[in-house]
Amino acid sequence: MSRLIFFLQEAVRALRRNAAPSLAAVVTTVVTVILLGVLIPIFQTTQAKSDEVRSELNVHFALFDDATPAEIHSLEKRIVAIPHVASVTFVSKKEALATLRSQLKDKSIVEELHTNPLPASLEVKADDPANLPKISATVIPTGANGKPQPISPIIDNEFNPQQDSSKIEQVTGALKIVLTVMTALLIAASLMLVGNTIRLSIYTRRREVEVMRLVGATRWFIRWPFMIEGVVVGFVGGLVAILILWLGKITVVDPLSDSFSFLAAQNNSTLSFPALVAILFAAAVLVSTIGSGITLRRFLKV
Amino acid sequence: MSAEAPLGMARSKKKQTRDEQPRRPSGRRAPIIELSDVTKVYPGGHMALDRVNLAIGRGEFVFLVGPTGCGKSTLIKMLIRELATTEGAVKIAGRDIGALPEKKIPQLRRNIGTVFQDFKLLPDRTVYDNVAYALQVIGASRHEIREQVPQTLRLVGLSTKLNSYPDQLSGGEQQRVSIARAFVNHPPLLLADEPSGNLDPVTSIGIMQLLYRINKAGTTVLVVTHDREMVDSMQRRVVELYEGRVVRDEVSGGYTEESTTEFGLRMRAEMGVGTAGEGQTNGHDQGSLL
Repeated sequence: MSRLIFFLQEAVRALRRNAAPSLAAVVTTVVTVILLGVLIPIFQTTQAKSDEVRSELNVHFALFDDATPAEIHSLEKRIVAIPHVASVTFVSKKEALATLRSQLKDKSIVEELHTNPLPASLEVKADDPANLPKISATVIPTGANGKPQPISPIIDNEFNPQQDSSKIEQVTGALKIVLTVMTALLIAASLMLVGNTIRLSIYTRRREVEVMRLVGATRWFIRWPFMIEGVVVGFVGGLVAILILWLGKITVVDPLSDSFSFLAAQNNSTLSFPALVAILFAAAVLVSTIGSGITLRRFLKV
Repeated sequence: MSAEAPLGMARSKKKQTRDEQPRRPSGRRAPIIELSDVTKVYPGGHMALDRVNLAIGRGEFVFLVGPTGCGKSTLIKMLIRELATTEGAVKIAGRDIGALPEKKIPQLRRNIGTVFQDFKLLPDRTVYDNVAYALQVIGASRHEIREQVPQTLRLVGLSTKLNSYPDQLSGGEQQRVSIARAFVNHPPLLLADEPSGNLDPVTSIGIMQLLYRINKAGTTVLVVTHDREMVDSMQRRVVELYEGRVVRDEVSGGYTEESTTEFGLRMRAEMGVGTAGEGQTNGHDQGSLL
């Protein structure tokens, strides 16, 4: 117990004497944690949105109008049996028209139609949208003559109502990379600044270290105060950052989330705020611990 | 009472086993320092020590002299295993410290007090804290610290300066603090590397007198110096190094039973600094004359 007090006293003494670099390390940690705290929800919201879009991706197989319910039913069964198929839904001509009407702004186009030109279709979803092409290739393989040869005569052709799926994937993919790189750089910066603080502390306290070695302090006894110093930097930085994030949440995000669905999406698809706080705090302390650990290994020869 | 009996028995048993360990009769016990054919070659080829053989018995007071660069400091660093030998063995209390695992080195250093020319005091701590620091970092209890620190500071004659900072003290006083720090856990061996190198003759005598007193209390003291006059007047065993070799090792007779006060008086007389410095030096020694 008296040792713990001694370590804490030494760490605080060092922080006070090294105030400027310590402050720099704390501020960097604050910035890193704040950015992480903003990036993690954005990351998750993007991921959730992207998943939502992906889950809606499907392929439709248009059916000839003369297909009987029995034929349709047996085709449905055959398609469900194909690997990677998640679900098969029959969309009747009426339903197709209703969907089209709901999507169009100018309803008059639909009103002016005398007959329903839309075919009935089977909507097929895959376990992973990436498998959709494989499924269509199975349902409508290319025949020997180079022309498509559907597995059933009632299939007319395939169509894909959401052709922009690859674009969405590209955008979310790029966003992920950018965010990951930014986070990695920030973490590296905090690691180095905490390391630098500890290095300066080792330098300013080289006398103490020398004396400790001479009178026979053990390796870890000499190291602990420096480790604690690093952890204190992470602790304080994390605490301040979380306080700022919390203030931001209650003053900016919460009032806005009522009017913006994008922000509201956070509430159900992302981490809860306490969980986020716990992760950020752990990250801050972990990063500073690793930072001081590495520096001690490199620069404190005891 | 009955509860204490087993403890007492255990203690006496422990003592017995320690006594039973093979050792030579007192006076010829395993030397506290024993160097056999110690050679040190620095990277680059400079030979700092060349087959040095040296044995220092428990309770001795030994001077190690020689010109700059003769290997004195190398020898001191080897004794606390700051440096490893290139060849040969360094034994402390019969144990080859070259074979000591890294983990045991702090334990070795706890048994060797070290004093340096530049004091190595911590400038932002008081005299008391500087001395207490040595006990804190080896994990001593608060009780021990509260008991040992004032006692040791009284021994070195600084009981009135507990709350002074090093820069408020004279050089001699600072060296006393550093001796107190080296001695606060009563190590059996004290190494002093040029302890009076930065001090004037009067203050030097005070420091030597203090080391002498520590020696009389049973601690082996090895003093590195190039103050020939001091060495000659103290009439203790002198080991002289020259270019890495022992060129002189002689024990001067007489004076072995003089008291510290007699010792101080004789030193002052021999070095011709008699009454002029006496008041000042006595100031350091307040209440600590044996």
